[in-house]
Amino acid sequence: MPNWHMAPMGEAALLIEHGSPEVAVANSAVIELGRRLHQCAAQAQIRGIESIIPAMHSVLIRFDPLQCSRVELERLVWQVADETASQHVNATANDLAVHSLNVIQIGVRYGGEAGPDLDDVARHTGLAPQDIIALHTAQPMRVLMMGFAPGFAYLGPLPVALNIPRRSTPRAAVPAGSVAIAAGMTGVYPARLPGGWHIIGRTDDVLFDPAQQPPSRIQPAGGVQFVRIGNDDWI
Amino acid sequence: MSQLQILNPGAVMTVQDWGRPGWEAYGVPRGGAMDPFALQASNVLVGNTFDAAAIEITGGGAEIEFVQSTVVAITGADFEPRLNHAEMPLWQATFVRAGARLSFGARRWGARSYLAVMGGIDVPLVLGSRSTYLPSRFGGLQGRPLQMDDVLSVGPGRDTAHLAGRRWPMNARPAYTVEPVLRLLPGPHVDLIAKDVLANLIRQPFKLALTSNRMGYRLEGATFPHTTSLPSLGVLPGVIQIPPDGAPILLMMDAQTTGGYPIVANVIQADLPLAAQLLPGDTMRFTLIPESDAVADYRTLNAWLRQCARELALEDEGIWMAANAR
Repeated sequence: MPNWHMAPMGEAALLIEHGSPEVAVANSAVIELGRRLHQCAAQAQIRGIESIIPAMHSVLIRFDPLQCSRVELERLVWQVADETASQHVNATANDLAVHSLNVIQIGVRYGGEAGPDLDDVARHTGLAPQDIIALHTAQPMRVLMMGFAPGFAYLGPLPVALNIPRRSTPRAAVPAGSVAIAAGMTGVYPARLPGGWHIIGRTDDVLFDPAQQPPSRIQPAGGVQFVRIGNDDWI
Repeated sequence: MSQLQILNPGAVMTVQDWGRPGWEAYGVPRGGAMDPFALQASNVLVGNTFDAAAIEITGGGAEIEFVQSTVVAITGADFEPRLNHAEMPLWQATFVRAGARLSFGARRWGARSYLAVMGGIDVPLVLGSRSTYLPSRFGGLQGRPLQMDDVLSVGPGRDTAHLAGRRWPMNARPAYTVEPVLRLLPGPHVDLIAKDVLANLIRQPFKLALTSNRMGYRLEGATFPHTTSLPSLGVLPGVIQIPPDGAPILLMMDAQTTGGYPIVANVIQADLPLAAQLLPGDTMRFTLIPESDAVADYRTLNAWLRQCARELALEDEGIWMAANAR
């Protein structure tokens, strides 16, 4: 409970931040809080919640101030946070395979033309390309949050050995399907987008299609297991 | 079924409705009309639902031909609209005949006009909305700005020809003006940047940089450089965030759902229509207000929309009853 901090973001949104410095702890707490608030809205325990946006260590609630007051909303959040805290399990990435039904597989061609930065990452981390691929496919990654672009998921945590900062100069455009790592996280660019992460591979899977509901194969609070595919004789 | 044809899209012309709330957790912005008040008012005037799709016309020079006769209304910016060369009143329902041409001239005031057509613009629903989201090229007409020779269909709707001539009251509109004073509430990270950031934000005017668009406005004026970095968090239109270079960014309707820059203030919802009517080079000022005023003003805008809709519906009904009695 004392871990939560609430602040208004204008009169139509409430930011709820978790105080833990550990991303894994804060993130699993905000995902659980977001899930429960979603239930409250669905069960009409409160009116006026328009969207719930979970992020790295915070949840943003957009609401209609004409349907519910910020004070009412804060009261509900405290109540839900309290319940969550008393039942909270300290989930780690390893629990994901066991607990989550929402892990999808994404096939990736690593290195070469598909992953132009794999060698750079090898130099930077001191790992062989084969080891980088093995670590990247070793276990499912958790969806920490979605954002930046429609269908883009921040996945993690990456094994510590793969921790490398963002590229010093971002690319103006990276191809759709690029699989990249940076800052302890990995992600797949669902469309041609500007990108500052290191591209180690590419998938041919379509990850975002606005004609579908939901529009994204990767689900908020879900997981992703990367799978190595295709011919990689280049190694 | 009625249609209209784009003869000239002007600077930028897109299909917009009230947006697609509820997909933000997937990284999909709500989007929608930059000026939600003007959009809704234009719809009410022609007898549509509040959230029907209309054409957002940015900048002057646009030209549109109506293939069938219908009822239309233009709200928002004033680009000297003319119907077959005769001046066309804004904020008023107007009957247009088949073959009539609507043309927009020079900018008198504002940035975005909304053209609502009886029945609403009929393009496919994408995630529950007809709004064009240009950065990801979906929604609207094939996810792109409208072009010369595009033909748009209009949805089926009741005939509202009798609404022609209805005017939107002058005293039931946002305080549209040149160089608006946008009202702010303090943001969650105001203490992470320089102490006097709010005092400096309200001290001088800011100018919209050339790179401003539907995603956000880059503001030129005072700068607040800093080295604070934050984990990404959810954001929404109205947020004023400060990147490390210190030049404030005001997020607008097509803003990404998350951001990582400190948020020092939020433009209140009731003033987003004023911000929507600015173009690069225009100036604005800021002032701070209490949260209760923000909610009260938002309530007032909503009450105007509902009251005008109710009055028009009543007249509408009266006219129908009179017609049926005959």
